[in-house]
Amino acid sequence: MKFGTEIVLLGLFAFAALVAAGFGVDEPFRQHMWVLFFAVAGFAVILLRNSDFKPAAPIDPDAYMDGPIRYGAIATVFWGVVGMLVGVIIALQLAYPHLNIQPWFNFGRLRPVHTSGVVFAFGGNALICTSLYVVQRTCRARLFGGNLAWFVFWGYQLFIVMAATGYLLGITESREYAEPEWYVDIWLTIVWVAYLLLFLGTILKRKEPHIYVANWFYLSFIVTIAMLHVVNNLSMPASFLGSKSYSAFSGVQDALTQWWYGHNAVGFFLTAGFLGMMYYFVPKQVNRPVYSYRLSIIHFWALIFLYIWAGPHHLHYTALPDWAQTLGMVFSVMLWMPSWGGMINGLMTLSGAWDKIRTDPIVRMMVAAIAFYGMSTFEGPMMSIKTVNSLSHYTDWTIGHVHSGALGWVGLITFGAIYYMVPKLWNRERLYSLRLVTWHFWLATLGIVVYAAVMWVSGIMQGLMWREYDEQGFLVYSFAETVAAMHPYYVMRAAGGAMYLAGMLVMAWNVTMTIRGYQRKEQPFPVSVPTLQPAE
Amino acid sequence: MSSEHVDEISGVTTTGHEWDGIKELNNPLPRWWVITFYITIAWALAYTIAYPAWPMLGSATRGVLGFSSRNDVKNEMAAAEAAKAGYVAAIQSKTVSEIAADDTLREFAVAAGGAAFKVNCVQCHGSGAQGSTDFPNLNDDDWLWGGKAEQIQQTITHGIRFAPDADTRQSEMPAFADVLKPEQVAQVSAFVASLSGPVRDKSLIEPGAKIFADNCAACHGGNAKGNRELGAPDLTDAIWLHGSGEAAIASQVRAPKNGVMPGWVGRLGETTVKELAVYVHSLGGGE
Repeated sequence: MKFGTEIVLLGLFAFAALVAAGFGVDEPFRQHMWVLFFAVAGFAVILLRNSDFKPAAPIDPDAYMDGPIRYGAIATVFWGVVGMLVGVIIALQLAYPHLNIQPWFNFGRLRPVHTSGVVFAFGGNALICTSLYVVQRTCRARLFGGNLAWFVFWGYQLFIVMAATGYLLGITESREYAEPEWYVDIWLTIVWVAYLLLFLGTILKRKEPHIYVANWFYLSFIVTIAMLHVVNNLSMPASFLGSKSYSAFSGVQDALTQWWYGHNAVGFFLTAGFLGMMYYFVPKQVNRPVYSYRLSIIHFWALIFLYIWAGPHHLHYTALPDWAQTLGMVFSVMLWMPSWGGMINGLMTLSGAWDKIRTDPIVRMMVAAIAFYGMSTFEGPMMSIKTVNSLSHYTDWTIGHVHSGALGWVGLITFGAIYYMVPKLWNRERLYSLRLVTWHFWLATLGIVVYAAVMWVSGIMQGLMWREYDEQGFLVYSFAETVAAMHPYYVMRAAGGAMYLAGMLVMAWNVTMTIRGYQRKEQPFPVSVPTLQPAE
Repeated sequence: MSSEHVDEISGVTTTGHEWDGIKELNNPLPRWWVITFYITIAWALAYTIAYPAWPMLGSATRGVLGFSSRNDVKNEMAAAEAAKAGYVAAIQSKTVSEIAADDTLREFAVAAGGAAFKVNCVQCHGSGAQGSTDFPNLNDDDWLWGGKAEQIQQTITHGIRFAPDADTRQSEMPAFADVLKPEQVAQVSAFVASLSGPVRDKSLIEPGAKIFADNCAACHGGNAKGNRELGAPDLTDAIWLHGSGEAAIASQVRAPKNGVMPGWVGRLGETTVKELAVYVHSLGGGE
């Protein structure tokens, strides 16, 4: 029977959730287990309705397995819309506190829905689906492990749903970017190890003699995130039927573990993973060779060696010992050139095809992504310098920095990759509309510029107000006065975010129409003319 | 690395591998990139020699500059304390009235009290000390418990209806919901409202005045000008702590709010309380 084993296992899983919902020791846990039950049982019912007793069609072992990647592309767009919508909502909540709806939709609970929604749901799905696309094509091998890819895809979606509903129910470990409680962490560990096996297994059965650079980056991302996730979430549940656990670390060790994780989530999830994306999709889209093989090796190893030590810069001027602060800072500064190695290799891959920035909106999007990448990887080391950090820390400058990276680099490179992949995955001749890609590009770029510029101004203003002393040596402003001064910037920030969200909606429309097989009749862009050889 | 493969457009050789159509050029590392990378590494090494950095078995290297952020803070705090020491000693030895009368000392105390106010008092009294419903405005000359510097100091030190402090200012307006009939509450509310403004039904004023004299004058005074010994507010000045208008007054008569302010001396110390008293006194309403 088709899906027979899956349905039985899901049924047992749903039953376990039901038992936990009945015997849970705290109310949020019981509610959360009901969510789990309905999610798993619902999925089992869907499989049952699609089941039949026909013999399964034979699978061509040489064909690429693109089903989970198609689902992943759709999930990326869907969670992108959700995550960015929640972002606009919480931006408005900061500007207009009356929009906090207690208890489920207050800022404290929605904020992790936004951060996890964008980083892990949108970014994570983008990384998983592009990595599976890239690894098959650059290894010339079908994905390893049969239906393992389907388990990774659906298991990851379950993690997202459990994480987000847990936040709304008030279940949190209070570890930034790692808020889910112990049982959701265990589930993610299982899914992530399956992902590692899937990726590694595919590399091992490759038909190419060498491993392409994009796969180094993807693999470093998968391995390191596994390590970071497990160590950071080491904790002891107060009850195995409850939603509360206690961290294995305490005090400043706990803080440092958290930021070792937190910074490397940026380093390996949002940097290394998306560099893997860049190394495949940029050369494919511009149809030029990667600029420098040597640079890709040197900057890869330098990046992953240096990044892992940079976390302490999140704890400058705290109880963290001076020596650890120093190391966090100098490793961050040394990270500048290794990060820029990726930018150079990405941008210089366009040499000989610069005209495509004008003629191909997808290339334009990718180039803007690399430019934002270069800007935020300069800004990051600069902000890690203690003198700068004493002004920037705890202010909105940090939020601006994160968003120029997340919206500019992660967002735009993902959009470029999705626009490249979708017509190929669904065997369409082209996208529904390239003009809409241009619209998306400008909405997104202007949104980022508004967002980042506003946060620079408000963050620096906030930092200066906090540290302003009068001639007698007393503080000039109360905290509430600094909050009041932020109001206009909060409104403008929400406007910038809304523009970015609007671009995302344009993309969702464009991708939907492409998948459904429509092509919009529109004026084509001028055709790219190959650059002439310079005279010798 | 084979030189047989040459990229036509750039004229640079490729590595000879190809993945799904992607080739890689044999371009060298950009010189400026390598030099800048070396400079950051050299700078990092120099910095870690100068500052505490490398973990050893029991502790870490201390750095040749002898830097310690704890010492830095300690020294900065000590320098700030030293700069203020003369003023602080004078404030400790003088009464708040004497401080308020001395131009230099008052200027310092107002700055210090203002800073303390921003951290500890704005949550209830507002960042401009303007107050809000249930929380008194400290800028005007309407004082519940007295507007002289010493009286303000007493209020800040021990608080109002602050149970943990035996010396706190104490009083409680009783609830009249069971004492007065609803129409009597309406009458007395109309009377009180009429002392500072127009009322809807003037016929209520006269019976209200009688009820006031029997029930309220003991604390608020026969002329309704209040009594600072009891923290009973002046009802004639159109300044309302718990809301203006007959409805708000009636609510306060039936089931009064009796606000609480914490005593601050245990948390802030006497010097800061004195500075706060001088600051509040200086806001404009000080007597």
